[in-house]
Amino acid sequence: MTRGTPCTGTTLGSIHEVRESLGSVDYVADERVAGVVYLSDRLHKPVLVEGPAGTGKTQLAKSVAEMTGSRLIRLQCYEGLDEAKALYEWNYRKQLLRIQAEPSAPSWQELEADIFSEEFLLTRPLLEAIRSDEPTVLLVDEIDRVELETEALLLEVLSEYQVSIPELGTVRATRVPMVFLTSNNTRELSEALKRRCLYLHMDYPELELEREIVLRRVPGIKEELADQAARIVRSLRSLELRKPPSVAETLDWARTLVVLEIDSIDAATVRGTLHVLLKYRQDIERAAKELFAADA
Amino acid sequence: MLELLSGFVGELRSAGLPVSLTEHLDAARAVHHVPLEDRDALKAALGATLVKSGAHWPAFETAFEVYFSPRVVDGDATADPEKSAHGAATPAGGGPEPMSAAELAAMLLQAIRQGDRALAAALARAAVDRYAGMEPGRPVGGTYYLYRTLRNLDLEGLLERLLDEARREKELTAFEERLLADEYRARIAALRKAIEAEIRRLLVADRGAQALARSVRRSLPEDVDVMHASREELATLQRMLHPLSRKLAVRLGRKRRHRRRGPLDFRATVRRSLSTGGVPVEPRFRHPRPSKPEIFVIADVSGSVASFARFTLQLVYAISTQFSKVRSFVFVDGIDEVTHVFDYADDPSVAVRRITAEADVVWLDGHSDYGHALEEFDRRWGDEVTSRATVLVLGDARNNYHASGARVLEELRRRARHVYWLNPEPRQYWGSGDSIVDEYAVHCDKVVECRTLRQLERFVSDLV
Repeated sequence: MTRGTPCTGTTLGSIHEVRESLGSVDYVADERVAGVVYLSDRLHKPVLVEGPAGTGKTQLAKSVAEMTGSRLIRLQCYEGLDEAKALYEWNYRKQLLRIQAEPSAPSWQELEADIFSEEFLLTRPLLEAIRSDEPTVLLVDEIDRVELETEALLLEVLSEYQVSIPELGTVRATRVPMVFLTSNNTRELSEALKRRCLYLHMDYPELELEREIVLRRVPGIKEELADQAARIVRSLRSLELRKPPSVAETLDWARTLVVLEIDSIDAATVRGTLHVLLKYRQDIERAAKELFAADA
Repeated sequence: MLELLSGFVGELRSAGLPVSLTEHLDAARAVHHVPLEDRDALKAALGATLVKSGAHWPAFETAFEVYFSPRVVDGDATADPEKSAHGAATPAGGGPEPMSAAELAAMLLQAIRQGDRALAAALARAAVDRYAGMEPGRPVGGTYYLYRTLRNLDLEGLLERLLDEARREKELTAFEERLLADEYRARIAALRKAIEAEIRRLLVADRGAQALARSVRRSLPEDVDVMHASREELATLQRMLHPLSRKLAVRLGRKRRHRRRGPLDFRATVRRSLSTGGVPVEPRFRHPRPSKPEIFVIADVSGSVASFARFTLQLVYAISTQFSKVRSFVFVDGIDEVTHVFDYADDPSVAVRRITAEADVVWLDGHSDYGHALEEFDRRWGDEVTSRATVLVLGDARNNYHASGARVLEELRRRARHVYWLNPEPRQYWGSGDSIVDEYAVHCDKVVECRTLRQLERFVSDLV
């Protein structure tokens, strides 16, 4: 029974513990994130993480892998991804060579059994994650990029942790991997997929959390500066922008400020470095207009 | 616990959330793994298993607050302000005399200025106690109590006073002032939330979770009626429209790529068949010509459909970013083309503002006159509607008893590929009073009721 087998190497103790160990690998998680990670470990269920770009969805999977000392296997999704690239493929060339290499032709039965053996199987990320003996974190990145039909490929893997290969039979997981799927919400995912997952919506963090993130991830930043940066980013997000600054951009900005050796942020500094935070010309113009209207 | 959970799931379902049996079971299993006294953990567990869309979170949160509201011991609740305020504060509710209005306001000011959360929460309780005037047993959702409390606290004025104070202390640049204001606003919003939670808690204590859940139930964003949406809800809708347009593009793109085969190419098939002795083993097909639909959007922007019009203009904008040939027109009793506005605006809200300011749509008196608008459309642009065009009319067809101009629609139908009508009114009102949608309906391929995002989405997916 797959369900009965122990999960990832380290079994996580409690939500609180998850939160702390995520913190120890410099991932600042709130109660909700920690709770979902913990449950995913306990219930052996994949986690579907949805939210705007740059809020740390992919990083969560990486951090969990680091935290549990697991191997991270990543499947980057794109349009046109198929079975052969996600699950497994037969190594046709090798099979062909094998057939040609035999001087006296063996019986077809023998040959068939031979060329459809593991030796000729090319494992792709999903199968790889299932077969792995060490603790594994499987990251299926940007699942919303594949077509609706391709999603179905994942269903067997996600709910049963097994892959059926017609010629070989069913490969079951020896160790249930932790699975993270990320989505930027460019399309609705299918009900079937959502049902099999725990759902985590990641939004832009609250002020305190963001300050904490900046402090953790930007070396050499002073507390005061981190606080100021987080506040300014919050104000920017409250404007109606095409693309509000993400956490990743906040971090970039904070790093920029550290490199420029700025101790305290004033209007001129923000104006000079706004392009780090905002990536559309109209957004920059609008932010400048709203924030420094009277200073100009 | 299981029973409570079933009730909770039932409540979510009646709020419109699609919770399946599997998810219910998952939730039950998840609850086993979290400590029940930890409310945040419970919320995380239930949220992860039951809610599968970010847009549904607010509805879930409301239901959760009601079903699993924290039960505060009363003595504890009122004693707090003394503890967290400095020693000189007057004794609060615990003492014989409750705080006076002035004292409450002063302490509130202080709590917001210093960002003292514990104090703010305690004051929220005191404020509700003092101002809400709650009457036990009334089957209400608490909106009125909230309104009464907030009106008495005058939070807007509070913000002004705080900013004034800051300005007096030090000369502020616009930038600094803005940051400060945002900070205070966030704190005030938190206070408002605390007040809401307090009212809800009292209501639950009064009437029980199930009864209350029914009164505070919130509709999901996709079910919100556009005509009667609050400002907050409209903002959510607008945010949700954007992915809709992208979805539309993705779906269209996929359709184009998947249908790689056009009609049979007879010549090529015969030519091919020569190599197999004249047997057409492998039929050849023409390359499909990707269709480039031309879309004419004609939208009513008169007062009666004002909020709908804003919404439709956003939709038109979304459509025009995805299709190459979209021409948009707005009318009240006159009609004007606004395609160019969308062409140059990068931002839908700017475009909408420009349209309302610039478009020349009033002909006589500024009451909708579909007949005149349609005649005018036919006269000025009618020739440009070809067999490749799809015409979308958005409006409630309330014509103020003018001539209908249905003749134009009939004409358009003959020339265009499709004519669709989107009506923001509920279907049962169609044809009542001055609504003449039925007269137009005979000339349309389809007339659909389009009051919510869900209906709109369905229409769009049927369309492509």
